[in-house]
Amino acid sequence: MNTIIRPAITLFLIMTLLTGIVYPFAVTGIAQLLFPAQAAGSLVMAGGQPVGSSVIGQSFSDPKYFWSRPSATSPQPYNAIASSGSNQGPLNPALADAIKTRVEALKAADPANTLPVPVDLVTASASGLDPEISIAAANYQAARVARVRGLPPEEVQALIGSHARGRLFGLLGEPRINVLELNMALDILPAHSAATLRGSRFARSP
Amino acid sequence: MTPATIAFITVFFLLLLVSVKPFGLYMANVMEGRPIWPLRVGARFEGLIYKLCGVDPTSQMGWKKYAVALIVFNALGALAVYALQRLQVWLPLNPQQFANVSADSSFNTAVSFITNTNWQGYSGESTMSYLTQMAALAVQNFMSAASGIVVAIALIRGFARHSASTIGNVWADLTRSTLYILLPLSVLLALLLVGQGVVQNFSAYQDVTTIESVTYQNPKVDAAGNPLKDSAGNPITETQTTQKQTLPMGPMASQEAIKELGTNGGGFVNANSAHPYENPTAISNFLEMFAILLIPMSLTYTFGRMAGDTRQGWAVFAAMAILFVPLMVLAVHSEQQGNPLIAKLGVDQTASLTQPGGNMEGKESRFGIGASALFAAITTVTSCGAVNSMHDSFTPLGGLVPLFNMQLGEVVFGGVGTGIYSMLIFAIVGVFIAGLMIGRTPEYLGKKIEAFEIKMSSIAILVMPFIVLTGTAVAVSIASGKAAVANPGAHGFSEILYAFSSAGNNNGSAFAGISANTPFYNIGLGLVMWLGRYWPIVAVLAIAGSLAAKKRVPVTAGTMLTYGPTFVILLIGTVLLVGALTFVPALALGPIVEHLTLWGT
Repeated sequence: MNTIIRPAITLFLIMTLLTGIVYPFAVTGIAQLLFPAQAAGSLVMAGGQPVGSSVIGQSFSDPKYFWSRPSATSPQPYNAIASSGSNQGPLNPALADAIKTRVEALKAADPANTLPVPVDLVTASASGLDPEISIAAANYQAARVARVRGLPPEEVQALIGSHARGRLFGLLGEPRINVLELNMALDILPAHSAATLRGSRFARSP
Repeated sequence: MTPATIAFITVFFLLLLVSVKPFGLYMANVMEGRPIWPLRVGARFEGLIYKLCGVDPTSQMGWKKYAVALIVFNALGALAVYALQRLQVWLPLNPQQFANVSADSSFNTAVSFITNTNWQGYSGESTMSYLTQMAALAVQNFMSAASGIVVAIALIRGFARHSASTIGNVWADLTRSTLYILLPLSVLLALLLVGQGVVQNFSAYQDVTTIESVTYQNPKVDAAGNPLKDSAGNPITETQTTQKQTLPMGPMASQEAIKELGTNGGGFVNANSAHPYENPTAISNFLEMFAILLIPMSLTYTFGRMAGDTRQGWAVFAAMAILFVPLMVLAVHSEQQGNPLIAKLGVDQTASLTQPGGNMEGKESRFGIGASALFAAITTVTSCGAVNSMHDSFTPLGGLVPLFNMQLGEVVFGGVGTGIYSMLIFAIVGVFIAGLMIGRTPEYLGKKIEAFEIKMSSIAILVMPFIVLTGTAVAVSIASGKAAVANPGAHGFSEILYAFSSAGNNNGSAFAGISANTPFYNIGLGLVMWLGRYWPIVAVLAIAGSLAAKKRVPVTAGTMLTYGPTFVILLIGTVLLVGALTFVPALALGPIVEHLTLWGT
């Protein structure tokens, strides 16, 4: 048995050291050199303080903001240390009830809106942390945001246009828009010209 | 399917297709120990490993020794994974001070990770320390994948050798597959993923102050941490407001890379590849899907190359591809169709230039329908089990596809190594059936297929349906099995069937509504995973030993060709016959009845 036990234990220890310790530390070291911001979580800063991550969604429910997708994390939505979907099956009555409530909330916040409700705006994402909504979901909310903020609708629409992301090479990804970036751009909009805005980092004084 | 989805899937598979030959050839060279440059560069380090282990890499083992050594090696892994979880609070790299994991959950996770299943009853971001993730889980991501590769290579040697009593040296095979195949690819992929936004650090979790505050109902707990309930049994909650979001951190990219390349699938965080920190962009998603399929697909070429006839490898590849495509199309189509009950609520599920449409419950905006359903199909035909969308919320037929993909026995590309060796077992059964029909002694790759091979093949194939169906039957019969179900009706049965299909086939994905972190499921699924992995492995290695000992039969006019269309159809038929006959009755009780209910009302 010594021809099995000794090599097994030794090889196991070597491989643990190599793939379990050396490998992750080496990757961390190189990643810190090449992509320090991404490796640290793509944090978004405002006034020197981290206010979120550009790849992790946040909850928005004030009518003056674009709302994110519904989140099934608990106990609060967009709880980033308890990522989860709703896991409701297609026939689960709780799913239809939840979607009905969400449609009603959207309509109550904007009774005059006659656009069809985009499906992604009333269904919970897989992670509960989806940072993005579809362009249709942004367009649906544009009139409400403009009205509550007293902005011309074209200005809000232009902001959507400048933040929208399309398919890479026409193949990869869906047309979508980052909600946190869009809302942060909205918050500084009145003081700036919409045409020069491309995220807060590039905002210029008027 | 939208034109954009069709274009995306076509380009994806073309890129994979052109990688199969070069990468398959590379793996053949590595496993045969040919002096190609990576092996020359690593020769000194590789030699040091053998020296420390006290082994001669050129000495050969018979199948019994090979099997025992492999199982002992994996058992050490299980002990380490168990121990690290049970001791993590006292060990370093635990910035969140996570407590030690419970005994039954640690057992389940230990078996889950050594068997390449990577079923997860726990939530990674709130359970596992960085050390446990790296030194326990990621190590087994490498070792279980390497174990799959070496069994496949041993079986291929069984076909390639003749009149031999040995099938290779397990220590050299494990070392080479890790050093020259898994590790370099992982480093490359991990760095590409960090570039896309996958985190890679050892910091404590990061608190941020969000733009808007959130008001929510927080369940109250007593001093022992148990939820308080009122007289009606409902949880007591209090209203809370917070503007804090805590972002999970850790060495995620390094784990993510091997999780896909090794068809492991165990996520660093609960939402797995749906989580924006594990899979932040459409490009990272593309890379992850590519990584899942690269090794299983290329091993078909490795097989053909090492067996001395690459046409044999392409025939197996063709059978796999033909099985894959229609199931994948069914999944994408069903998800794009959406849910008629949601359409009734005035919700727009039509795909357009501004929205993905379809069934978006449990899917992410950046992936939409096409890249979610494709991922689901890929992760279940291979034994990966990573998910970028929640299969539990798929439409009935969209959810049937991942379930049936697993039940085919993970032979359609399959896991790293397991896919090709399981498919070759079906090939042996296939030529046996053909031999019975034409009344000749069946042969495959110049080896006579006799009673011993057929007995072992039957054992390897039949253990999976036996444990999956028995496990499901037990779970639906007892209270602790039924209590875990999250959805009412037929879908609840599907959740249980999915859990056992996933465990028995070492896949690891789930209809995740099921609350499986209970002693019944932790122990039951642990046993199913263990049997589903090692029973076939021993049978396959026995066949490898038996084939290696046989003489090569010369090809004659009466030899059945095992690379033409006839053979491909025969192989597909064998896989479908076993898979369909065994599982269609169970599927009828779950997704099929659910589909009829959804569209019939």
